[in-house]
Amino acid sequence: MRAALALLGHELRLAFRAGGEMAQGLIFFLLALSLFPLGVGPGPVILERIGVGLIWVLALFSVTLTLERLYAADARDGTLDLLGVSGLAFEWVALIKALAHWLTSGLVLVAFSPLVVLLLGLPSEAFLAVPVVLLIGTPTLTLIGGIGAALLVHSRRGGLLLALIVLPLQIPVLIFGVSAIEGWVSGLGASGQLMILGAFLLGTAALAPFATAAALRLALE
Amino acid sequence: MPVLARAADLHCRRAGRDVFQGVAFRVDAGRALVLRGPNGSGKSSLLRLLAGLLEPAGGSFEVATAPDGAPDFHYIGHGDPAKPALTVEENLAFAAALTGGNAVEAGLRAFALQRLADTPARYLSSGQRRRLTLARLIAVDKRLWLLDEPGVGLDAANRSRLETVIVTHLEQGGAVIAATHGDIAIEGAAVLEFGR
Repeated sequence: MRAALALLGHELRLAFRAGGEMAQGLIFFLLALSLFPLGVGPGPVILERIGVGLIWVLALFSVTLTLERLYAADARDGTLDLLGVSGLAFEWVALIKALAHWLTSGLVLVAFSPLVVLLLGLPSEAFLAVPVVLLIGTPTLTLIGGIGAALLVHSRRGGLLLALIVLPLQIPVLIFGVSAIEGWVSGLGASGQLMILGAFLLGTAALAPFATAAALRLALE
Repeated sequence: MPVLARAADLHCRRAGRDVFQGVAFRVDAGRALVLRGPNGSGKSSLLRLLAGLLEPAGGSFEVATAPDGAPDFHYIGHGDPAKPALTVEENLAFAAALTGGNAVEAGLRAFALQRLADTPARYLSSGQRRRLTLARLIAVDKRLWLLDEPGVGLDAANRSRLETVIVTHLEQGGAVIAATHGDIAIEGAAVLEFGR
């Protein structure tokens, strides 16, 4: 328990301290979003039409962008060996690191999403719908991405490869995430989509740590 | 005399190649075992295997465990797991908390790192980073030490600090298994030669 808390505190401290690890994903998200009105024109019709999809696609990229270094730095400097002899099972390591990553990436996007809704001029229902759906959907992105990050521990330029491995697995979250927000905003109801997103989250929270741990054990060889 | 590490007919295969086979030893409390041999002869592999970071291809081994089942050994490998953004003290406190100890002060003192305690690890030289890694040996009390070239990058004063720390550990009933190329001397240690 003490080791688990130590790891969580360590990861959070690093994210806040490292001067940008946390800010990086958020800045990318906000910067890319603010470029779109310039690119496609500021007309509210277009932005309202593509806004929800835009938020999800950029959230997906933003989370994946910061995932690359989740395990690579630890493998290079020997922290992975230290974790391996700590008595803390790699399954727990995977879960704790995913939690820390989500707290400093997904949750930050959730917190800033109302601003984005305002920026894109989405309907007022979206002020609640977007944060809630991101809250349920983004942890799944981190958990799936963790598997890819653990598999690519030893590849120097893993960024593109990581995207190739994990993006196909994250697509269902994207589809149901967009459809949940659109259903909610249009008044058609989103309970079905939200339940499916919740199921994704529970399923990956239960299974992804085992896959990640197996990949980390391979990385030690 | 409790046995802190034991191996019988240990066989290690990596990347389809036999690294070593038929390795057997016993290390009692208060004793040290030095692994010697050319590069690539399997010293590091043996230590990683004992630390549970590699799977043996055959044979059996035992290492010390605490009564609650937690590992009762330190493994110091080639890497120095210090995060550049954290201070020396924060790095050591994390490594200690992770492996079940909290004598951070004593650890810093044993390797003369007190004055660097608040320095971010990015400013450390490689020898200082090494000392930070070694400080874990004191910060966390474990009976068996598995050391892979612990003296690399250390100057004479710090090599002798390391030797002192090892001698004290042996006197207190601990045990050490170390791979070295002779840069640190451990008196009265048994030697296990690795050939090719």
